[in-house]
Amino acid sequence: MKKHFFKNFIENIYLFLMFLFLYFPIVILMIFSFNNIKSTSNWGGFSTRWYVQMFSDDALLGAFGTTITIAIIAALVSCVIGTAAAIGIQGFRSKKLKGLINAVTNLPMVSSELVMGVSMMMLFLTVNIPLGYFTLLLAHITFCVPYVIVSVLPKLVQLDSGLYEAALDLGAKPFYAFRKVVLPEIKPGIISGMLIAFTLSIDDFVISFFTTGNGVNNLSIYIYSSVRRGVNPMYNALSTVMFILVAILLFVINKRSSSKTGDSPIGVLG
Amino acid sequence: MKKILSLILCIAFICTIAIFAGGCSSKTKLFVYNVGDYIHPDVVGMFEQENPDIKVVYEMFDSVEEMYMKVSNATSPYDVVIPSDYMLEQMIDEGLLNKINYDNIPNYANIDPNMRNLDFDPTNEYTVPYMWGTIGILYNKTMVDDEVTDWDILWNEKYKGNIFMLNQERDMVSVALKKCGYSMNSDNEAELAEAEAALKEQSALVKAYCGDEIKDNMINGNAALAVVWSGDAYFCIEQNPDLAYAIPSEGSNLWFDCMAIPTTSTHQAEAEKFIDFMSRPDIAKLNAEYIGYSTANTAARDLLDENVKNDALRYPELNEDFMNKMEIFAYNKSRNAKLTDIWTRVLNS
Amino acid sequence: MFKKTLSYPHLVWMVLFVIAPMFLIFLYAFTVTDDGGTLSFTLENFAKFFEPMYIKILFNSVWIAFLSVVFCIILGYPAAKIIADRDRRRIAMGKKATGLLMLFVMPMWMNVMLRLYAWLTILQPDGVLNSFLSLLGLPKLDIMYTQTAVVLGTVYDFIPFMIMPIYSVLIKIDDSVIEAAQDLGANKMRVFWKVILPLSLPGVVSGITMVFLPALTSFYISDFFSGGQFMLIGNLIEKNFKNPVGRNFGSALSIILMIFAFLSMHVMKIFNKSNRQMDMY
Repeated sequence: MKKHFFKNFIENIYLFLMFLFLYFPIVILMIFSFNNIKSTSNWGGFSTRWYVQMFSDDALLGAFGTTITIAIIAALVSCVIGTAAAIGIQGFRSKKLKGLINAVTNLPMVSSELVMGVSMMMLFLTVNIPLGYFTLLLAHITFCVPYVIVSVLPKLVQLDSGLYEAALDLGAKPFYAFRKVVLPEIKPGIISGMLIAFTLSIDDFVISFFTTGNGVNNLSIYIYSSVRRGVNPMYNALSTVMFILVAILLFVINKRSSSKTGDSPIGVLG
Repeated sequence: MKKILSLILCIAFICTIAIFAGGCSSKTKLFVYNVGDYIHPDVVGMFEQENPDIKVVYEMFDSVEEMYMKVSNATSPYDVVIPSDYMLEQMIDEGLLNKINYDNIPNYANIDPNMRNLDFDPTNEYTVPYMWGTIGILYNKTMVDDEVTDWDILWNEKYKGNIFMLNQERDMVSVALKKCGYSMNSDNEAELAEAEAALKEQSALVKAYCGDEIKDNMINGNAALAVVWSGDAYFCIEQNPDLAYAIPSEGSNLWFDCMAIPTTSTHQAEAEKFIDFMSRPDIAKLNAEYIGYSTANTAARDLLDENVKNDALRYPELNEDFMNKMEIFAYNKSRNAKLTDIWTRVLNS
Repeated sequence: MFKKTLSYPHLVWMVLFVIAPMFLIFLYAFTVTDDGGTLSFTLENFAKFFEPMYIKILFNSVWIAFLSVVFCIILGYPAAKIIADRDRRRIAMGKKATGLLMLFVMPMWMNVMLRLYAWLTILQPDGVLNSFLSLLGLPKLDIMYTQTAVVLGTVYDFIPFMIMPIYSVLIKIDDSVIEAAQDLGANKMRVFWKVILPLSLPGVVSGITMVFLPALTSFYISDFFSGGQFMLIGNLIEKNFKNPVGRNFGSALSIILMIFAFLSMHVMKIFNKSNRQMDMY
């Protein structure tokens, strides 16, 4: 018993140190976001001026808007294409053909983000599509679709296709049968695929960096180019807001999913 | 049935994309492309307020090379760009700039006559000068006890790990060339090789090669010496009085950043309106105060604080003596590739 | 119900936005354009890579990526194991998992640039770290603009990608396997080395593939932390694509990187397979 206690103690210390490593920088940012002076090591009194500045920075708000709208559209579109594709892929009888399609689908995931980014940039330049919101969206959909497919496919494999046939035999229209029989079964896969797509899109830097232009920035690019101009506590304020948003979002998702299925959607990323 | 369904899906997502791509307002969009942090933050808004039918899309680049890439690709319809001298020369040479109708820019009269008809635009058809300045050494008086008179101090072992250099191939190779006693525009293989060797030797002393991070580091006293552009130097000195700026006696680079209209522009008239607005004395003064560089606008300079406009380092008299010491970068295509290679080798030595 | 046509939009999309761009990269890598604008086949873009300087950059980036992976494993494996053990115990008792994993991956959901910015402010010579050290009377640490800073940034950025796959493998280990080993007289150490570790290796392997390649190419991390002192292969590719004359060389570099990626993926796969066969015995 004593040994067990000792082991637990060591483990807790380890976990604590890891949390310190992960959260120390974020906590520091949050504290100094309320600093009255433009320093990240000296305290100059309490102030919310950086929050005011943040909410009046048009470029930042614009970048935030771009990030969110791109993520929503990319998640929705890739969800539709990906789900349809996953169902379609199951229909290929030939093992070879199926393998080929899977290989192509996996290509964006296995070849580096950097290569994806530069190659798509070359495509847009070659066919003369001006870089901007549209190209950014195309790129995001492209890298999101495979993740949707990957999370929907396993659910389809588990699916008993006899159920669907039975529904048809009972006189259901194909789409009705799909909606009532297939969709409920694969829904968890679709939802987690969409969530992955959404978060990947929100966080993406490398691919966006190469495929946007004309003043269209997402949050990552905007911060990347401004942070190097010097430390600005406005970004501390931004981090604080982002962190709180993410924490709330994750808490809600976790509550919902663990009450239903027992495993959280973030596990799929692993 | 399924075929139709998949067709509908295809159409649906193409439509959503089209709606989002095309869903823009009716205002004329004016694409302005400038270096980061190189304009007073309120100026664009003021321009939009005065011209309610124009929406300015303001984009920033890190280096003029990046700007050149985007403009020469012609994928981005920029209307106003603000590059430096040698790049302007290259763009004029390659036919990437439109001629400006100076009749539409009455405020051009405010531009210092000394800044017109310079080598990169000798007949003055393409450019309206914005800012100008020099390259020199910013140093911390409490950390440097030698007198800062020439480039050699950047090779002094005493300041090992206390030197910041710009991550800019052209400027740094030029500094090394000057240090070795050659022209900044030298295209001589042996001279370039000597400069490269000097830079490699120096790299052991350098803390970092970077861009705007230098400002914070110098203000906070994290380094003794840094190569900077003049405007950044004044910006830092204002925040930390221990700092001082020197133009080395061997001479240095004199540069000009000008506004120009690329051929990709679809709104020449609005672009000229913007350039005229930027040349208005009150606006040019706002920019000059915010950025800290020397304005090319005489009327705006007169509006500045006494101690600023008469500062000998900030507004040196452009007399013959000074001009002989200073060099303006010239465009040389074959040399560009050499500089890139030299710089990659220096950074990875 | 599995109508092939449903996958056509996806296939068309992939051909347009994945295959076609890849083809362009290959085209650029194997050609040069002369002043007149005519293309001609060449291998010189690849030959250029074998100059000592570029080989050095490659080795440098592989070394940094390797260090990052090693630190991710050293820091991440115990964490994943501790959480997985606790969660397994709770699930076995019919309770809900601890949710500790959630806490570990939460920073990952915040914007990548903000995470790096956080370290940027801490590592500044006059930042929090040094004020703290001087408060304790310790000498200042000067790690900004060094290799250490780059590795630190990379580890911080990618460690969730190591923890998650290891966790998801460990959580599935059947308790009866462990009990069986213990019944056969193995002590805790032996159980770990002979049973748990081999069983968790697939997780480690997929963690490695998820960390190594991004670490090799994440040019933004070295942009932030290296102070231009050295380049990663990612920086080299980025620089070459920013400059129109560098695109051919940049394309060649991209292909070399892809080959690298596929090779390491393949090695990991083989490794995983042989490992699984070992489990059988």
